[in-house]
Amino acid sequence: MQTHQYDVVIVGAGGAGMRAALEASKDARTAVISKLYPTRSHTGAAQGGMCAALANVEEDNWEWHTFDTVKGGDYLVDQDAAEIMAKEAIDAVLDLERMGLPFNRTPEGKIDQRRFGGHTRNHGEAAVRRACYAADRTGHMILQTLYQNCVKQDVEFYNEFYVLDLLTDHDLTTEELEDGAEVNATGVVAYDLATGEIHVFQAKAIVFATGGAGKIFKTTSNAHTLTGDGMALAYRRGLPLEDMEFFQFHPTGLAGLGILLSEAARGEGGILRNGEGERFMERYAPTIKDLAPRDIVARSMANEVREGRGAGPNKDYVLLDLTHLEPAHIDAKLPDITEFARTYLGVEPYTEPVPVYPTAHYAMGGVPTNVDGEVLRDSHNVVKGLYAAGEVACVSVHGSNRLGTNSLLDINVFGKRSGRSAAAYAKTVAQHKPLPENPAERVVQQLEEMRGRPDGERVADIRKALQETMDANAQVFRTGESLNTALSDIRELQKRYKNVSVQDKGKLFNTDLLEAIELGFLLDIAEVTVLAAINRKESRGGHYREDYPQRDDANYMQHTMAYRRPTSASDVADGHIEGYFDHVEEFDGYKVVLGSKPVTQTRYEPMERKY
Amino acid sequence: MTAVAENTRADAGTQTDDAPGAVASFEVTLKIRRYNPESEHGENVIWDEFTVQAHGTDRVLDALHKIKWEQDGSLTFRRSCAHGICGSDAMRINGRNRLACKTLLKDVNPDKPITVEPIKGLPVVKDLVVDMEPFFASYREIMPFLITSGNEPSRERIQSQADRDRFDDTTKCILCAACTSSCPVFWTDGQYFGPAAIVNAHRFIFDSRDEGAQQRLEILNDKEGVWRCRTTFNCTEACPRGIQVTKAIQEVKRAMITRAF
Repeated sequence: MQTHQYDVVIVGAGGAGMRAALEASKDARTAVISKLYPTRSHTGAAQGGMCAALANVEEDNWEWHTFDTVKGGDYLVDQDAAEIMAKEAIDAVLDLERMGLPFNRTPEGKIDQRRFGGHTRNHGEAAVRRACYAADRTGHMILQTLYQNCVKQDVEFYNEFYVLDLLTDHDLTTEELEDGAEVNATGVVAYDLATGEIHVFQAKAIVFATGGAGKIFKTTSNAHTLTGDGMALAYRRGLPLEDMEFFQFHPTGLAGLGILLSEAARGEGGILRNGEGERFMERYAPTIKDLAPRDIVARSMANEVREGRGAGPNKDYVLLDLTHLEPAHIDAKLPDITEFARTYLGVEPYTEPVPVYPTAHYAMGGVPTNVDGEVLRDSHNVVKGLYAAGEVACVSVHGSNRLGTNSLLDINVFGKRSGRSAAAYAKTVAQHKPLPENPAERVVQQLEEMRGRPDGERVADIRKALQETMDANAQVFRTGESLNTALSDIRELQKRYKNVSVQDKGKLFNTDLLEAIELGFLLDIAEVTVLAAINRKESRGGHYREDYPQRDDANYMQHTMAYRRPTSASDVADGHIEGYFDHVEEFDGYKVVLGSKPVTQTRYEPMERKY
Repeated sequence: MTAVAENTRADAGTQTDDAPGAVASFEVTLKIRRYNPESEHGENVIWDEFTVQAHGTDRVLDALHKIKWEQDGSLTFRRSCAHGICGSDAMRINGRNRLACKTLLKDVNPDKPITVEPIKGLPVVKDLVVDMEPFFASYREIMPFLITSGNEPSRERIQSQADRDRFDDTTKCILCAACTSSCPVFWTDGQYFGPAAIVNAHRFIFDSRDEGAQQRLEILNDKEGVWRCRTTFNCTEACPRGIQVTKAIQEVKRAMITRAF
């Protein structure tokens, strides 16, 4: 075992992690720990753009952007955070341009902007050109630019290191802490894939930027490596997860494959058609049609298919029609996604419409933070020295449905804020807080147990069953019954997981072992997602309950906060968990308690959401 | 996953998918070069064959996953995004460098065994995984970041779309190493910067906002720099992003002579 000491340790090297690193490493001794080489991170798969009210091509301002974000999230957005994001968006884009990002340009040489779903002029009048972009590879350019600047700034990386535990000076799963009691994060435990060695990183401040958990679903735009690691680690150590029931299904995944085709295709004039050739979005969102927010478009598509108006031999998808656009325009603005259609489906978008269907895309929920990125241990107390940013976090700027482009914005704005806060906090701490006596004990035990089990269940069988039940029962349309089916399936898989074994017993580059560990994260995240969805008996944003099709502000205008506790921990009704809902689910020695956190409202009163 | 795996060593009969509307399935054999750094038997490089059932849209990565998930969990390779954008899974497939996630099985003649090897010229760590550090070290050496002087502007720098287009092709690089590890010069001389580093130098040398071109050209004027390129075009053929790699290298050579960029 090796031990390292840093002022700031950042876990994850995607957009949020590297943006945080650029900030923190200016003022503090910083290390970035990443399970992938930084340029492999899934930020690179983002396509369409990053919104900011630069007003380079038409009138726009950050207040309209704030409103669109709040309305897009069906009013579950914390409005103070959304306002910060929309205001700081402008500098976030200019920062990237100064770092070298090659944006597309207007005829005057300024950063060009295009339309995107849910982004409107003057509170919903019409679509506005707000998305700054670099062809349809904006995420790739952001990831490359941030990495280039990390090279320039000589940021220290630990690549292909998997963080498997978070260390704190209090056990949040069992200790009863007073309001205001100080809890400190002290370090993380990591596994070096190349050598199989354990490394303990002691830090004054830690930033989690580990990304999403799309692999709980079968059909997803997410990378194989997006297994919810950071969320699951925090959750297992007693930190709450916020709003996990809200998962975004992106309307246009390549049918059957889930590979993302950017909303920019519709921003540039693409049209969705059903099997009868009808532009069906005119019926669902008469004003902005195909550029309605993703939850609405995804649901409309699924509904067309369900009512028998799908396309193809099995009528199980709809069509994205670009055939009326000039091939030169497609090549200039959408080169990558049209190539995906050619490579993976053999479809020529110049002349044929592309088969598409919703694909699991983005977790709106995650580790709760305030606007400085500090992680909350309940509805208002923070854990000192612990920060989170990007998809792993829930600020909450996305509420119940994220608008397109706002994730690239989120990682830049809140990545920067978290990095800055973490470094500033680290400077105020004279001495590292002591680590627990055997800091790596839990990780070593877990790995040895997994590796040592001679034979048992296959990882892939359990993972496949998990992904299938999540697709079948917790996707675009949900009911109490389907969600309970998913829950009982997950419980069965959790039991089987205890008997999982790996074939590779080696120490060096053992990806078999790490896939097994990642499956454990997926099971925990799927369970809490489904429990939170069962509990929210209303429909809002990305969470649609057919048995409760209306939004219910009287009972559910609040964030869900899910806590995992041993069954033996003191009863929840004693006031340690705020706003506790009606759901306490006990299983296998632990319980999941669903509390709440108020939504911050500033300027905008909740209204009915129409487009 | 769409199909069931069959172990080669068993007598696998051809399977058909009878479900109406189903895509026809076929059987495919992969011949994979294995390296186990911890082998107990002394012999740590072997060729292994696996046969799996595949469907029309399956990629080489799908077949590798089927093997790992259903037959041999110790088969080791890198992958992440699975659609050609993260650059993790460059490997040598039927003797040519490609991304496993972007190569459809039906396009590499599945009637015969498909050979899969690690990319060449970099130390093999385990099976299809190579040590990427020498590759990234060359990349870092060419100063792959925007170099400017003077005060930061308060708004964006102005750049015409034509100036932006000048270096568009080389911005597409995903650092997968398919080009560098296809280069015969790189195979025999690991000191050579290699095509990927030059591509990334090109991306900045021809960016109208950048002021570091002279420094980068000096670095690449080294005896291990651009002059080692013998225009075999392997790199251009290997690039999964369709970058005109050889052309970019030639443009850098020309800039070195004419000092025009």
